[in-house]
Amino acid sequence: MSASSATAHAHVEHAGHHELGFVRTYIFSTDHKMIARQFLFMGLFMMILGGLLALVVRWQLAWPETAVPGLGGILKETGGILEPSTYNMAFTMHATIMIFFVIMPILAGAFGNFCIPLMVGARDMAFPLLNMLSFWVTFCAGLIMLSGFFVEGGHAAAGWTSYAPLSAVPSYTGVNWGQNIWCISLFTMGVGSMMGSINYITTIINMRAPGMRLFRMPLVIWSLFITAILLLLALPVLTSGVAMLLFDRTLGTSWFKPAGGGEPLLWQHLFWYFGHPEVYILILPAMGIASEILPVFCRKPIFGYHAMAFSMIAIAFLSWIVYGHHMFVSGMSPALGMAFTVTTMIIAVPSAIKTFNWLGTLWGARIQFTVPMLNALAFVSMFVIGGLSGIFMASTPVDIYIQDTYFIVAHIHYVVFGGSIFGAFAAIYYWFPKMFGRMTNTALGHLHFWPTFVFFNLTFFPMHIIGVGGQMRRIYNPMQYEFLQHQQHWNVIITYSALALGISQIPFVINFFWSLFAGKKAPLNPWNANTLEWTAPSPPPHLNWGATLPTVYRGPYEYSSPESREDFLPQSTPPVGAAGARRH
Amino acid sequence: MLDWWLPENVSTYGREIDWLFHLIYYITGVTFILVFVTMLAFLVMYRDRPGRKARYTHGNTTLEIVWTVVPALILVILTLLSVPAWSKIKMTMPDTDFVVQVTAKQFNWQVTYPGPDGKFGTEDDKTLLDEMHVPVNKVVRVILKSQDVIHSFFVPNFRMKQDAVPGREIRQWFEATKPGKYEWPCAELCGFGHSGMRGWIYVHTPDEYGKWAAENLTAASAAADAKPEDSKKEGKAKK
Repeated sequence: MSASSATAHAHVEHAGHHELGFVRTYIFSTDHKMIARQFLFMGLFMMILGGLLALVVRWQLAWPETAVPGLGGILKETGGILEPSTYNMAFTMHATIMIFFVIMPILAGAFGNFCIPLMVGARDMAFPLLNMLSFWVTFCAGLIMLSGFFVEGGHAAAGWTSYAPLSAVPSYTGVNWGQNIWCISLFTMGVGSMMGSINYITTIINMRAPGMRLFRMPLVIWSLFITAILLLLALPVLTSGVAMLLFDRTLGTSWFKPAGGGEPLLWQHLFWYFGHPEVYILILPAMGIASEILPVFCRKPIFGYHAMAFSMIAIAFLSWIVYGHHMFVSGMSPALGMAFTVTTMIIAVPSAIKTFNWLGTLWGARIQFTVPMLNALAFVSMFVIGGLSGIFMASTPVDIYIQDTYFIVAHIHYVVFGGSIFGAFAAIYYWFPKMFGRMTNTALGHLHFWPTFVFFNLTFFPMHIIGVGGQMRRIYNPMQYEFLQHQQHWNVIITYSALALGISQIPFVINFFWSLFAGKKAPLNPWNANTLEWTAPSPPPHLNWGATLPTVYRGPYEYSSPESREDFLPQSTPPVGAAGARRH
Repeated sequence: MLDWWLPENVSTYGREIDWLFHLIYYITGVTFILVFVTMLAFLVMYRDRPGRKARYTHGNTTLEIVWTVVPALILVILTLLSVPAWSKIKMTMPDTDFVVQVTAKQFNWQVTYPGPDGKFGTEDDKTLLDEMHVPVNKVVRVILKSQDVIHSFFVPNFRMKQDAVPGREIRQWFEATKPGKYEWPCAELCGFGHSGMRGWIYVHTPDEYGKWAAENLTAASAAADAKPEDSKKEGKAKK
């Protein structure tokens, strides 16, 4: 009752005595676990919208200029047929929503918030009030973004990359306020994410439980730590960039408009300087999640813990100097292109190390095929494909041909859906018992995973093929091009698969809500895992642990250790000779 | 094995791009198979069965060094192989007397020939819309410009792509090796008419090209074709 948010963690003795009102508990909460849930719900809601937009795009590509079912009521003038400008808006907003309002809120927002204090052994974030603000600022950014659908001229339609001057001059797209709103929303989101990242970094550096040395931290915490550093350093570049773009559009500046002496490539440099670290912001937490889940269900330590941590650090450093590979044919100096090839090839090495270490973790394991494990394995295998297809782009001459084709679309979806989204699903299934205190339904979990895995591949793998055939991304109608007509059947197959992929998410929604209210009560440690969050009650109360914080005695992946009679040895179990003195 | 999906290549440097593409395809293909077979084998061999005990190991330094060094070496080789082709395509400009100027706009390619005097910006310039005619086996230099937004000059059969950036003149080249008619789409989102922004490049035999040029690019034809008197001003205004 008395605990003010900012000093809540200091008032250990009050744990359990809080009688916060409804608003302070569920809406303007400073509890990291509630904020995590809020981010999760926001991300999942936006995922529905982003997914529907993708299906609209797919419909148009398979059956160009036919009425999209269900859109007749919205696009009254055309009877549900997409016009090119509406189509451009649909793919622009699909990517914008998925990247900024689905994957970032779920992976960095929800699981960053949920895992960091619980897994380093802290009672809350370093700055709980700032944490709350971070969510509500991001929430406002989401509302602002949604409002763009209702303005005259439609929402932004210059692609999620919003290349200037197309995005900088309203008459080029016919979009006026939509693009402004896009800029304002991302600016707001940038502010929210900065608050979150400062919090994550401070908490991890300062608030680890006794004994939690840096190299005893779970790898998911390492990944979130590095992600937060990237967020802190990358997002402000985007934030400044969208502010400049907005000024170009509304105040008459000419940062990116050549007519006034501006430079269109400046936007691309700013955007990709943010954009490439952003890719790692999306994938690093998923890598951490996979590294967390694999050992638990392999009942075996992670293979090469230090290599895993250092390869993530290497990726973080290198991610700043590879961004130019998005610009090989942009008009940037070709000599610079050569330098970026070298760095891009180098960044593939830490990714390869991680993959082999995951395989090494499977070697000699005792693999339990639970639903979170299946999703984590899907992450590893799909990330392999996404990583390998990236090598084509790293080779500058090959990139000349495949740049801006569906090969790129296939690649990003293998990384961002195959990687990040499977990582998010794995995390949801894995931590759901701790987050909501109830188990998810295993049968429904399988019913969700298998069709998702199959239809994901049927949707995105053929995109490599049509990309190699030359189909450009962001075109409205492939049938307008003679050289693409012979492969139109692939577009139809892809769209059927995408529709099936959409339908495959229904078991997930049912499972999520059914388990939330009627799932089996979760025990303290349902997976027999070692990390600290499993020593807190399910769900953990405000301030997470009772009177004393756990003390850490060892690394997070001591599974099947000879020191223990059981096949797991929690980080907080004291190492007294006999394995009896466990204190849960 | 893959040829059924890459469009036919008809340019000199396209061969090098295709060779690299196939090389990377085979390297990644083999890696993919090795990784997936290993992974599936592990998933089957090490599945949880009664009595199975997981191996307690934290890693293997030798193994980790091997799988760091081997991919690194492969990538170094790929880089070294990519550099010559890249520098040939984008960083060198073969000598040629055949120059065209392409000015992209929403949503057309404007192709300007210098006319008999060989200079741009003079009265005998000739501008075509969405079509370019070039002779086979001849280096063609393209001066690429844009008058509004960013477009991208993409000729799938030539393996050629280059963004046209407003405010810049970007020099590119290609040399077609087979006569024919090749599609020439814009590959960078350039507005609501992006899809369908497309031209054709006609590659002629030298004789045919001579005939076409005589009919279309001579001073006489330029004059006959020109809009009354102010074609020069129009040419300037386009800049």
